[in-house]
Amino acid sequence: MTACPAIRCCGLVKDYGAVRAVNGLDLEVQAGECFGLLGPNGAGKTTTVEILEGLLNATAGEVEILGRTWGSAGDWLRQRLGISLQETNLTDKLTVEETLRLFRSFYAAGPEVPALLELVSLTDKRRSWYTKLSGGQKQRLAVACALAGHPEILFLDEPTSGLDPQSRRQLWGLIEGFKVQGRTVLLTTHYMEEAERLCDRVAIIDKGKVIALGTPRELIQSLGGTEVVEFTCDGPVEEAALSALPGVHAVKGRNDSLSLTVEQLHKTLPLLLMHLQRSGRTLTSLSTHHATLEDVFVNLTGRQLRD
Amino acid sequence: MQIQPTTERQHPLWQLILMRWRIFAREPGAVFWTYGFPVLLALVLGIAFRNRPPEPVEVAVQASPGGEAWRDALAKEPLVHVHWLKAEEAHRALRVGKVSLVVRAGQPRTYEFDPTRPESRMARALVDDALQRAEGRADVTPVKDQLVTEPGSRYIDFLIPGLLGFNLMSSGLWGVGFVLVEMRVRKLIKRMTATPMSRTHFLLSFVFMRGLFLVGELPLLLGFAHWVFKVPIQGSLLLIIALSTLGSLVFAGMGLLVGCRAQNTQTVAGLVNLVTLPMAICSGVFFSTARFPEVVQPFISVLPLTALIESVRAVMIDGAGPFAVARQVAILLGWGVVSFAIALRLFRWQ
Repeated sequence: MTACPAIRCCGLVKDYGAVRAVNGLDLEVQAGECFGLLGPNGAGKTTTVEILEGLLNATAGEVEILGRTWGSAGDWLRQRLGISLQETNLTDKLTVEETLRLFRSFYAAGPEVPALLELVSLTDKRRSWYTKLSGGQKQRLAVACALAGHPEILFLDEPTSGLDPQSRRQLWGLIEGFKVQGRTVLLTTHYMEEAERLCDRVAIIDKGKVIALGTPRELIQSLGGTEVVEFTCDGPVEEAALSALPGVHAVKGRNDSLSLTVEQLHKTLPLLLMHLQRSGRTLTSLSTHHATLEDVFVNLTGRQLRD
Repeated sequence: MQIQPTTERQHPLWQLILMRWRIFAREPGAVFWTYGFPVLLALVLGIAFRNRPPEPVEVAVQASPGGEAWRDALAKEPLVHVHWLKAEEAHRALRVGKVSLVVRAGQPRTYEFDPTRPESRMARALVDDALQRAEGRADVTPVKDQLVTEPGSRYIDFLIPGLLGFNLMSSGLWGVGFVLVEMRVRKLIKRMTATPMSRTHFLLSFVFMRGLFLVGELPLLLGFAHWVFKVPIQGSLLLIIALSTLGSLVFAGMGLLVGCRAQNTQTVAGLVNLVTLPMAICSGVFFSTARFPEVVQPFISVLPLTALIESVRAVMIDGAGPFAVARQVAILLGWGVVSFAIALRLFRWQ
């Protein structure tokens, strides 16, 4: 493996007219890493990825892929990257096999078509037209097209967006298989579950900037607590008093509901209930969950990922 | 799962051409408009404008003593259909248009007809000529008729080169321009430029595909015209193939041009119509360009479709050789080079 990072960009800026989609973004992805860009729709994930893929020109900033730039080594890089775009509409009336044979022919080296079919579990569907495939099958074919050149880096933009849970897990298995071979993956997603499961490191993107970077575990631990309590009650509760409860790290109010990040649920929950009782409030709902990257995003921005 | 990469692959240009062919062949509409429609049009127009045997004129002879001789003389004329009617019946038949002329008895013999009706004037000439000859008039100067209804000078002979050119134009512009924009809308072009695919290969696949269509289009239309309507090819078939190939490439270039930037199919459909409609009307597909005023002739003659149709027509009907169509070939080459050059410069890949 080369010593240079697989992907490096700094000071990336992209303007669309008066709108700044990417606003001074720095990233470094190491070879063999599975790196996730996590953020809400419109955060600039796709724009960033398409600049890295050499499909868009940046307004400002530098990009190096495998130590080279698009300007000096475009063709060399194209042979080494596998790309799955956010919306891939392949040709409706080509079969799975024909589509893969076409994409395979563009690359100097890569797996044979039957091996690709096997890899994405589409061997049975190889004679079906693209238009006859289910959403999950279409997405697996898109990934297979990205793998046709045996890439060193795989770019996946929202690979599981809009898929049912089973199809999603199937794709995760596929990506994990690719990771095992020590190759680099950059994926964008707005599913924190996906990022937590697949990614070695995650950058949380908001408004064209990286607002948090680290392993999913580090990011969740940065909340202070690993459990989240959400509740609503029949009247207002003072947030400051809640913050003062032992073991509470953060309090966030959203609409009528309050959410507390706590270290140990079994110690803090009884104290919370007592406090509410003393304040003369009755609970109308209560739920708890392990902290996720979603909570990290809410904590940083005060907004939900999927707003 | 470990997968072993190999360097074995099929040629990308071949795969791209195969893709284009499969998309076309699996779209019944596209197949019909390319192959079926021109043949159907040739059949319909060929039948509608077929050459009929000359129709006889309807003539009434007033039933009267002495009229029988005229009636019998006219009955021998192949182009006169004679009716034997009473005076008032004959007059009514003329008024309602059942006959074009009434021959009335008396001294002198009277021809009753409406001079504003062309067929009546024709009947007057035919009837008078026939009766005068029957009564012993001799022609002063001997004359001979040469009838020109043989294959090569009929409407269908004129039409077939026009339809061929028209078809090459519309299938070129729709097949390249429209299809490119459709691929752009579906982000397929973007997806393909994200691979190491050569952009030259991509565009060449469209051009080769046009050539491949011609292999079907040309024999089908010319063969149909030959077997059904006996349309002759006076000149070199090779020259017709060469001209059609050139025309096909020119229109592929123009298709590339109309599709090089458009971001949606409505825009490109409008552009294709904008380009093809004036040529379909002015370039002599269905009727001669000579019907347009003298002042617009220079513009019409440099249109690519005019050049293509004129040259193919010259070879098919007049048996023209390569030098006789050099001007048209130069016009086509000019359009082709300019279209390709501009299209490649402006092409929107993403």
